[in-house]
Amino acid sequence: MFWSVTLSLLDGLKAATQLFGFTLLFGLPLGLVVAFGSMSKWAPFRFLLRPKKKPENDQLQAADGAALPEVKEAEPSAFVKALAAFRPIKAITDIVVWVVRGTPLMLQLMIIYYGPGLWFGNNIWGGNGRMVASIVAFTVNYACYFSVIYRGGIQGVPVGQREAAQVLGLTRRQIFFKITLLQMIKRIVPPMSNEIITLVKDTSLARIIAVTELIKAGESYIKLSGITWPLFYTGVFYLVFVGILTILFNFIERKLSYFR
Amino acid sequence: MAILEVQHIEKNFGKTKVLKDINFSLEAGEVLAIIGSSGSGKTTLLRCLNFLETPDTGRITVGDEVLFDAADPATQRESEIRRKRLHFGLVFQSFNLFPQYTALENVTLARELMAKGEKTGEKLADIRREGEALLAKMGLQDRMGNYPHQLSGGQQQRVAIARALAMKPDILCFDEPTSALDPELTGEVLKVIRGLAEQHTTMIIVTHEMSFARDVADRVLFMDGGLVVEEGTPEEVFGNPQQVRTRQFLEKYAED
Repeated sequence: MFWSVTLSLLDGLKAATQLFGFTLLFGLPLGLVVAFGSMSKWAPFRFLLRPKKKPENDQLQAADGAALPEVKEAEPSAFVKALAAFRPIKAITDIVVWVVRGTPLMLQLMIIYYGPGLWFGNNIWGGNGRMVASIVAFTVNYACYFSVIYRGGIQGVPVGQREAAQVLGLTRRQIFFKITLLQMIKRIVPPMSNEIITLVKDTSLARIIAVTELIKAGESYIKLSGITWPLFYTGVFYLVFVGILTILFNFIERKLSYFR
Repeated sequence: MAILEVQHIEKNFGKTKVLKDINFSLEAGEVLAIIGSSGSGKTTLLRCLNFLETPDTGRITVGDEVLFDAADPATQRESEIRRKRLHFGLVFQSFNLFPQYTALENVTLARELMAKGEKTGEKLADIRREGEALLAKMGLQDRMGNYPHQLSGGQQQRVAIARALAMKPDILCFDEPTSALDPELTGEVLKVIRGLAEQHTTMIIVTHEMSFARDVADRVLFMDGGLVVEEGTPEEVFGNPQQVRTRQFLEKYAED
C-alpha cells in the first residue's frame, strides 16, 4: 500500500514540478517585460503641451538686458492636458495586471482550458492539453504578480545610482545590466521567495481542469479505500519541496550579502 | 581662452523658475566656487552642465564645441549627449558609489565598458593600473578591494572623486561634496580637492564651506533665487561684497 501511494504521489509530484518549473521559466522573464510596461513613460501626445518657440529677436533683447514683455500663453484645456499625460503602454499593462490579479487563478484556468473549445468548436490545446493550458494560465497569472515585485525592486534602487552611471557615460542598457539589475535582484529575493513558495502550493489548482497533481493523487485514496494518511503524506511532499526552495533562497541571500 | 562658456541658461520646474538667465565662463585650470543658500539653484546649475537636467533656454560651450543650445535640437540628441557629458565629471553630495563593486571596480567600470563596447583599443590592464594610481593618489591604496559599505563616508567620497577623474573630464564638478559627512571627515575630502586645485584641475565646486571656498577658489559666484547675484575673486566677494543680499548671506554664515 505504502509503495503504491508513493508511486502515485510521485506521479503527482512530477506534474506539479513540471507546472512549477515551466511557470518560473516563462513567468520570470515575462514578469520583467510586464514590469517595464507598467513603468513605461511613453506619452505620444506630450507634444501638445510643448511651449511654442519664442522668436529669435526676443533672445537678442534679453541679451541686451531689456525687460521682456510677458507673453501669456493660453492655458490648455483639461482634455488636452489629460491627453498629453496619457501613457498608452502603461495604461494597457495596468489594466491587464488588474484583471489578472483581480480574478481567481482557478477561474482563469477554466476559461483558458475550456474557452477555446466552447467558442470555436475545437480545443486548441492538443494531446497534453491540460498541462499546456495550465502552464499558460499560471505563467500569465504569476508574471503579473512578479511584475509588481520587479517594479518595486527597480524603483527601490536610488535615482542617484542611475545618475552616477549616466554621468560616467554608460548607455541605458549598460546601466540596467551592470548597475540596476543586481541591486534589484538583491531587493526582490525575500518577496520573490514568498511568491514562489505560494506557486508550489498553487499548482494544486490545476486539478480543476483534471491535471493529476499531488493533492488529486493523494485524495483519490480517501474515495478509493477510505484512508486519510496519504493526505498527510501529500503534505510531506510539499514540505520537502518548499524546504529545498527555502535552502536555495537562503543561499542566494547569503551570496548577495557581500554588498549593501 | 575660456574653456567653458555658459550663456543665458534658464530652467523651470513647472511654474517654478529655478534658474533665471545664468551667465558665466571658466578658464582652463581655474577653480570656481558657487555659494548661496539652499534652493538658490546651485545644484540645478551643476545638473544642467552634466545633462541631468535640460535647460529651457541658453547655450553651453566647452572649448569650441557647442555642447548644448536650446534653440538647436541637433545638440540634444540622446546619442550625442552620452559622449558630450564626458567633458564634465560630477561628484555627488551622497557619493552614489555602486554598492556591488569594489572601490577599484567603481573607478574602472565605465572605462572598461567603454573599452569593450567602443573598441577604443585600451588594454584592461592599463585601465586597472590607472585606477589603482588614482586611488593611491586619494590615499586609498589599502582600500581598493573594499566594497563601499566597508568604507567611511570620507573614503567613499574620495573613491567617487577618483571615479570621476578616471574619465579624464575637462571640468570636474562637485555638488556639496562634504555636506553628507561628519565634521571630522570633511577635512580629508577637502584636502584631496585642495590637492587637485594645486595641480590646476579645472573645477566647479558648489559648497557651504565658506573658508574652504575662500582658500581654494580663484573665483566665487554667489547665487540667490536662480540668479548670479555677485561674482568675483574670493577677496572681492568675501572681503568686500557689493550686493546687499551677499552681505546678508555671509553675515548669516559668520554668526554660525
